[in-house]
Amino acid sequence: MILPLLGLFLGLILGAFSPVVIPVAYAKFFSVALLASLDTVFGGLKAAHREQFDNTVFVSGFFLNALLAAFLVYIGDRLGLDLYYVALLAFGFRSFKNLAILRRYYLHK
Amino acid sequence: MPSLKKGSWSIAGVCVVLGFMLAVQFRTTEEMRLPDGDISWQRMEELTDRLRALEEERDSLKEALRVAGEEGNASPRDEQLKILAGRTALIGPGVTIRLDDSNQKVKVGENPNLYVIHDDDLLKVINELRAAGAEAIAVNNERLTATSEIRCAGPTLSVNNVRSAAPFEIKAIGNRQTLEGALKMRGGVADSLKIWGIELSIDSAEEIYIPPYKGSGKFTYAVATEEKEGGA
Repeated sequence: MILPLLGLFLGLILGAFSPVVIPVAYAKFFSVALLASLDTVFGGLKAAHREQFDNTVFVSGFFLNALLAAFLVYIGDRLGLDLYYVALLAFGFRSFKNLAILRRYYLHK
Repeated sequence: MPSLKKGSWSIAGVCVVLGFMLAVQFRTTEEMRLPDGDISWQRMEELTDRLRALEEERDSLKEALRVAGEEGNASPRDEQLKILAGRTALIGPGVTIRLDDSNQKVKVGENPNLYVIHDDDLLKVINELRAAGAEAIAVNNERLTATSEIRCAGPTLSVNNVRSAAPFEIKAIGNRQTLEGALKMRGGVADSLKIWGIELSIDSAEEIYIPPYKGSGKFTYAVATEEKEGGA
């Protein structure tokens, strides 16, 4: 459990001191991708507690989910559909559900 | 958690990416928020629209004002009317006349009233000044207008309904020599007042300040109308 946390901190520090800034036009896609990634991480944690964790599924899910979410929002933008909010709702909803399940696991441990 | 340990490194790698994304997103949001505070985009657009509309209105009003100014062209006449009505303070060459009650002793059997200044004395002086072309006159700093009265009010005189006692100071703007000459004329006002010992001194100055009329300009009865032939 220590290694992922260390990795998270390393990422935070790297991000805080890197000069990368998301242009305003892409901020929307990036935030959706971020939410998708978060959702995948929570999903992965939940799977681990259910003893169903699969490394390949997790890593591929992490990147593919993020990319697909951003891509879907982009398509929606082109078609005049605000898929942005739909993505936020779907991923947000699942994140909260996963968090609730995780909390129960930790309580019953 | 055996299964979690198995993929520990890959999870760590994913977490690095996740942390990086979080931090970048955080910084981006901060930078976007900095220039416009907490004002949302919608509010900003609304305010921009209103600003633009108001700017257009201002420009059109400015234009209307400019056109009206060119058409009206009334400012020099306005200034003249204001001077005539006593509404502006004036400065110019002129004379200051001081009038004081007589120092002579009242002879037995004579009316002591003759030795003090009366309203008609003042009126004579002012009439003479006006005849000599005085452009503006003030008595004890009360500007004389078309409706000003000079009236005896017990031991004092009332000008513009403001009472004042001797000595009186009359200021007049006009040709200095003409004004002085008109008063000092042989058999004129100064001479006749001297008989009673009323003191009259005339100072000529390059700059005389005359204050504006401070009363109200309300007309209750008179209403402006068209000019009529023959005064009918």
